[in-house]
Amino acid sequence: MSETASRKFSRVLDILEKNSNDPARLIPILQQVQDDYRYLPEEVLTFIATSLDLPPAHVYGVATFYAHFTLVPKGKHILKLCDGTACHVRGSEHILSALHSRLKLSAAKHTTDDMLFTVECVSCLGACGLAPVLVVDDRVYSKVTPEAAVEIVDKIVAEEGGVPPKAASISTPKKEDAIV
Amino acid sequence: MNAPNALKYNAAQPKEFLKECAALFREKTKSMKKRIVVCAGTGCVANGSLDVFDALEKKIAADGLNVHVTLDYEGETRQGDFLRISKSGCQGFCQAGPLVNIGDILYTGVKVGDVDEIVETTLKNGGIVERLLYVDKHNKNRKCLGQKEIPFYQRQTRVSLKPCGLFDPEDIVEYVAHDGYEAARRAWCEMTPETVCEEIKVSGLRGRGGGGFPTGRKWELTLKEKNDKKYVICNADEGDPGAFMDRSVMEGNPHCVIEGMMIAARGIDANEGYVYVRLEYPLAVQRVRKAVEDAVTFGILGDNVFGTGRSFRLHVMEGAGAFVCGEETALMASLEGQRGMPRPKPPFPAQSGLWGKPTVINNVETLAAVPYIILQGAKKYREVGTEGSPGTKTFALTGHVVNTGLIEVPFGATLREIIFDIGGGVIDEKGEIANNAFKAVQIGGPSGGCLTEKHLDLPLDFDSLRSVGAMVGSGGLVVMNKSTCMVQMARFFMQFTQNESCGKCLLCREGTKQMLALLDDVIEGNGSQQTLDILDQVATTVAKGSLCALGKTAPNPVLSTLRHFRPEVEAHIFQKKCPSNQCKALCKPEILADKCVGCTACARKCPVDAISGERKNVHVIDQDKCIKCGECVKACKFGAVVGI
Amino acid sequence: MIDASKTLSINNMIVPIGEERNLLEVARRAGIDIPTFCYHSELSIYGACRLCLVDVEGRGIVAACSTVPEPGMIVKTHTEEIRKMRKVAIELILANHDQNCTLCARNTNCRLQTLARQLGVDTVRFKRTFERRPVDRSSLSLVRDPNKCILCGDCVRACDEIQGVGVLGFAGRGAKSSVVPAFGKNIADVECVNCGLCATVCPVGALVPRDDVDDVWKEVNDPRKTLVVQIAPAVRVALSEMFGGQSGTIEVGRIIAAAKAIGFDQVYDTSFAADMTVVEEATEFIERKKKGERLPQFTSCCPAWIKYAEQFLGDFLPNLSSCRSPQQMFGSIAKKLLPEKLGIKREDIVVVAVMPCTAKKFECKQSKFRRDGQWDVDYVLTTQELARMIEEAGIRFNELQPQSFDMPFGFKTGAGIIFGASGGVTEAVLRYAVEQLKGVKLDSFEFHEVRGDENIREADFNLDGIVLRLCVVHGLANARKVADMIRKGEKQYDLIEVMACPMGCVGGAGQPVANDWEVRRNRAEGLYKADKMLQLHKAQDNHLLMEMYDKHLKGGVGGHDAHELLHTSYQNRKRIHGLTMSVSDAGNEAGLHISVCVGTSCFVRGSQALLKQIVDYITDNGLSHVVSVDATFCTENCDRGPTVCVGDKLIFKATIDEVTKTMNEQLAGVRI
Repeated sequence: MSETASRKFSRVLDILEKNSNDPARLIPILQQVQDDYRYLPEEVLTFIATSLDLPPAHVYGVATFYAHFTLVPKGKHILKLCDGTACHVRGSEHILSALHSRLKLSAAKHTTDDMLFTVECVSCLGACGLAPVLVVDDRVYSKVTPEAAVEIVDKIVAEEGGVPPKAASISTPKKEDAIV
Repeated sequence: MNAPNALKYNAAQPKEFLKECAALFREKTKSMKKRIVVCAGTGCVANGSLDVFDALEKKIAADGLNVHVTLDYEGETRQGDFLRISKSGCQGFCQAGPLVNIGDILYTGVKVGDVDEIVETTLKNGGIVERLLYVDKHNKNRKCLGQKEIPFYQRQTRVSLKPCGLFDPEDIVEYVAHDGYEAARRAWCEMTPETVCEEIKVSGLRGRGGGGFPTGRKWELTLKEKNDKKYVICNADEGDPGAFMDRSVMEGNPHCVIEGMMIAARGIDANEGYVYVRLEYPLAVQRVRKAVEDAVTFGILGDNVFGTGRSFRLHVMEGAGAFVCGEETALMASLEGQRGMPRPKPPFPAQSGLWGKPTVINNVETLAAVPYIILQGAKKYREVGTEGSPGTKTFALTGHVVNTGLIEVPFGATLREIIFDIGGGVIDEKGEIANNAFKAVQIGGPSGGCLTEKHLDLPLDFDSLRSVGAMVGSGGLVVMNKSTCMVQMARFFMQFTQNESCGKCLLCREGTKQMLALLDDVIEGNGSQQTLDILDQVATTVAKGSLCALGKTAPNPVLSTLRHFRPEVEAHIFQKKCPSNQCKALCKPEILADKCVGCTACARKCPVDAISGERKNVHVIDQDKCIKCGECVKACKFGAVVGI
Repeated sequence: MIDASKTLSINNMIVPIGEERNLLEVARRAGIDIPTFCYHSELSIYGACRLCLVDVEGRGIVAACSTVPEPGMIVKTHTEEIRKMRKVAIELILANHDQNCTLCARNTNCRLQTLARQLGVDTVRFKRTFERRPVDRSSLSLVRDPNKCILCGDCVRACDEIQGVGVLGFAGRGAKSSVVPAFGKNIADVECVNCGLCATVCPVGALVPRDDVDDVWKEVNDPRKTLVVQIAPAVRVALSEMFGGQSGTIEVGRIIAAAKAIGFDQVYDTSFAADMTVVEEATEFIERKKKGERLPQFTSCCPAWIKYAEQFLGDFLPNLSSCRSPQQMFGSIAKKLLPEKLGIKREDIVVVAVMPCTAKKFECKQSKFRRDGQWDVDYVLTTQELARMIEEAGIRFNELQPQSFDMPFGFKTGAGIIFGASGGVTEAVLRYAVEQLKGVKLDSFEFHEVRGDENIREADFNLDGIVLRLCVVHGLANARKVADMIRKGEKQYDLIEVMACPMGCVGGAGQPVANDWEVRRNRAEGLYKADKMLQLHKAQDNHLLMEMYDKHLKGGVGGHDAHELLHTSYQNRKRIHGLTMSVSDAGNEAGLHISVCVGTSCFVRGSQALLKQIVDYITDNGLSHVVSVDATFCTENCDRGPTVCVGDKLIFKATIDEVTKTMNEQLAGVRI
């Protein structure tokens, strides 16, 4: 965890105080907390429940009702891999396993520990002619190969100031390439 | 906002105060030579209008022109002719954005690169940049100078949308200068709750949120409840896909909504209110918040409204992403910090609403119409519209129509006027204007239904629409041409309601799921007579038996498709054919032997290698492999691939 | 004479309108059952199941549960249209339901099954949307099977509105909605008090009492074991309902005969132990009253209440009577005295309790009720489970010849019988305490002042200048209300009886399923009738009990042995398991670890502000990478909060100064 555990937590306290620990303000409280944490961690929800004198099940119920709230942290960069029929036939599977092994993810684990990446499979994006398709933070990459997908990830890692772990990719791409 | 310091009076002497505000505004704008208004509605912002604004501001400053961005009410009045540049709310013609108004001129599709030319030609030399004018393709490509010449605007009756694009939505003084808060002042200082309710009742104003319940009656019922605590809620949780009139009003004229709420509060004797805005409208939230703050600063809202000693406190709350919260009881549950699940009615909000207190809940558009009624009188209000549905209604016009955007028409306008006059006609699948391509209109979003050619001359109002199985709903108006499959359309809306069902009541939760599955069967060619029978039965049951309005109206797209397009549905089921070739499972793409030249383009594009054939020989499609993605059709330059 | 201005018409029948809240109640009173899943007269109106639709002339189809009756209404409950809609509704439920009736605990006693049959639903035309989900068997008291759940929300409202606990809630939205404990955890890991009210109100088999019948049969069939069974008072007025009997009929003789026929060796009466509880608890009460300390005294017979208090009312724990419940008193006495009396080894005795209650299953498995490697009470069966054993054993209950309890633990007074109804414990204690305090024998024994159905009842008794202020509560939400009033000083009481279940044990979750007010009232009346029929009504008159004290318990009533065998202690209890929250930047490598309790009690005592001060201190002093901080939920020391653990040192009633002082001391130690 970077910055922030302590600072974040004291913000939770501030948020509760600003909302006068009023159970009626549960939704604004959750909104503000999620702005900080980018998701609603279970223990924070329990803490909020305690502070507002609400049953944790109630807070959980509210947090799972509204589409805006998420209880699972998502990474800074979202990779959406199309798994529509065309993409599937064109080998999206291999791209997925390449991404998984590059980012140490699995079918059950979608987000990296450093909270940089989330990999999701989505149903047909309607770009079958470009299959397989990978959408990274709303930018569409077409006819992606496993190698190309890993390269895209490496580029982002480099931009984020990290070091790409050993040579999963063939070459280190130039900076300009990142801005397609 | 520091205007109060410049004024001798304050809101405790409301008459003088409002007059003085208006005078101050006139004084400050006396020597304004030209006004430049950049549309800062969500649509134009998405197209880069804020960049255009910045560029204009910079260029004007660099060229040493005398310009105001915000009027300085506190300091010295600027001498000499000056320009004023400001942002407006949504002007409705989103399709042609970013929009820049300079006096009577309306520039469309303005990019940052156009700024220099605009400043040179128009601001400095009073000329016109012809290429940025709107072109009326119907009329020999005539170039239209401004709103007055553009058919899209010409044929509308813009009442509540009028100030959007005229005012600076963030300037309360400007609002006041245009008779703003005068209606609220009258209501609070000169009228009784009873006379307020009476005036609204006589006006015949009906709720714009969908149901069309008479607003005055709603207020009267709430006024009758004796309670020391009552609430006014503005329902701004506009969630229908493709509808954005409430957003535009909040972005373009937020004070009008607040004023409407103040009048409602007076009418029912409430002292607290909430604006519940959906989270997806950050700009609207920001503007309404600012408007509330300014009104409080001015002493208009707060503990001593217009010096009456009575209070009205207003809070702004953001939703958290749940369509069902547009339903009034769900919205109140959400305000109370609960899951947004509707509650059974009765008790109605008028008796037991927010926190169990009598509550009036009105939609944005309804509230925005209120100040006009109080100011101009119910009689004047009734001059437009129909007997049963007076006034105007805003629609979000989209789909296969030339001009898309936000429009305002009197109740009683016909679809023909809307689609062909304002909308500029129907476009076919190639994007050409082709009025015979008209197939249907979907009105009222997921709660509404479709209207067909035979309804083109039906005067639209609450009652006429209900009589043909549709509803005004939120005011979405989707025009569809003949390439649209009505089953797919019904499925699209069903998918939406199914996703947005809150899950509380059995019929809506399970019923929408089953209706979706049944429509999928039809689309995928698995339908049978039984599919049709149970689709009909479950739709009727959900419509009649659901707990809330969302559930009760959820089957409307299905029911109205069955009503108006039964042959098309039956074609899917019995002939396994989609007449508009949209349902892929029912399509049988084939290559016409007489047109195929064997160029292999289709085979190379096919993602699943379903097309085979030797170069320069006729190609064939393997139906078992084909996934009906349609790439081959796009690839073929000879029109040889058909059936998809 | 019917006043026409106060009538309406249901199916062409003129029906008077009384105090009913809605059409559904009007119809019920007129003898017409309108189907519903989500309507409960004791819960708020929810309107979700859409089965109670009726046709009201001029209004169309409305839900009867949320329609206020108005004079002149013309109501039809079974029109063709409504019949069709109900059928569709049932089919919709079934399409997303387990549909495995034969394997369901509620088979033949399920409202979904009944309605499907009544409405003639013989096929489900819809697509099957059912997806199997894991069954939660974590709880000692309850089984939650989401595959059966129809999302009527009855359990959610019951747990929240009647018990004030809120264990279960809706999660997700739309088609993904489910009823689950917080974060989808298991019931055993959250604040469930095991009262089973959720199972009582569940119309289907989504929440059922845990079934321990198999284990008991195994013991019955083990020749080495001597099975001792105790029967709770409320069982005898309810069990026969399972065999077609009227609620409230006293069938104790047949129950004994059935138990013997199943193979239980000794059949005793929990009421004997209840008499013992009266004597102990009243003695404790008189002592406290005389000294004026730890008042009000709360009763301790109800294990759901005890867990509730341990979780939510830490500050009242000293006020709880230290007496074990009759079930546990019986267990410890039986295991102590029976080996000698019956001439068998202690480990060969199996004590089975037949209870109206699911929480008793949890109670008996608490480590404090285990001695020398043996549970005081080995198994708890509910009334329902015993009935099932009777059925399985092929016993024709109604044809049995009544038998009598074995002695000595089969002997009781009426005091021990009325325990099963709300107010009974209080009345039984009064029958003892009044005589003790006044020093005279009473002729009458009934205290009607404490009887009744109201959720919170009060009664004052002036005994020659000593005023006893009593309060009887059922429903834990009401107990919380009373506790709040006491905290605020609005109310003062000497003795407060708390029972979790509506109307006390007669309404327990282990009782046969029809469990509404009328049934409960009949059962309670049955107990008071049983009291009347007995010769003795005051626990102190139970000579066999007194003899046992004299012979076997050193120190007599309230004495040394009694304390060891019949009393217990309480502890603060965490509500939700497995959560701590890291609030600092340092990871495991930090030299010093601090945890701050932010449970409810500590929160009330200001732990939140303290935590902030600690975090600020650490940041300001550049200790962020040396000291790690956790917020934990309840260290179970609520009475001494806020609790902070700095390294290995636990600080109670912590202040920032003390924490930083300790922190710096420990850091100095670490650095050396």
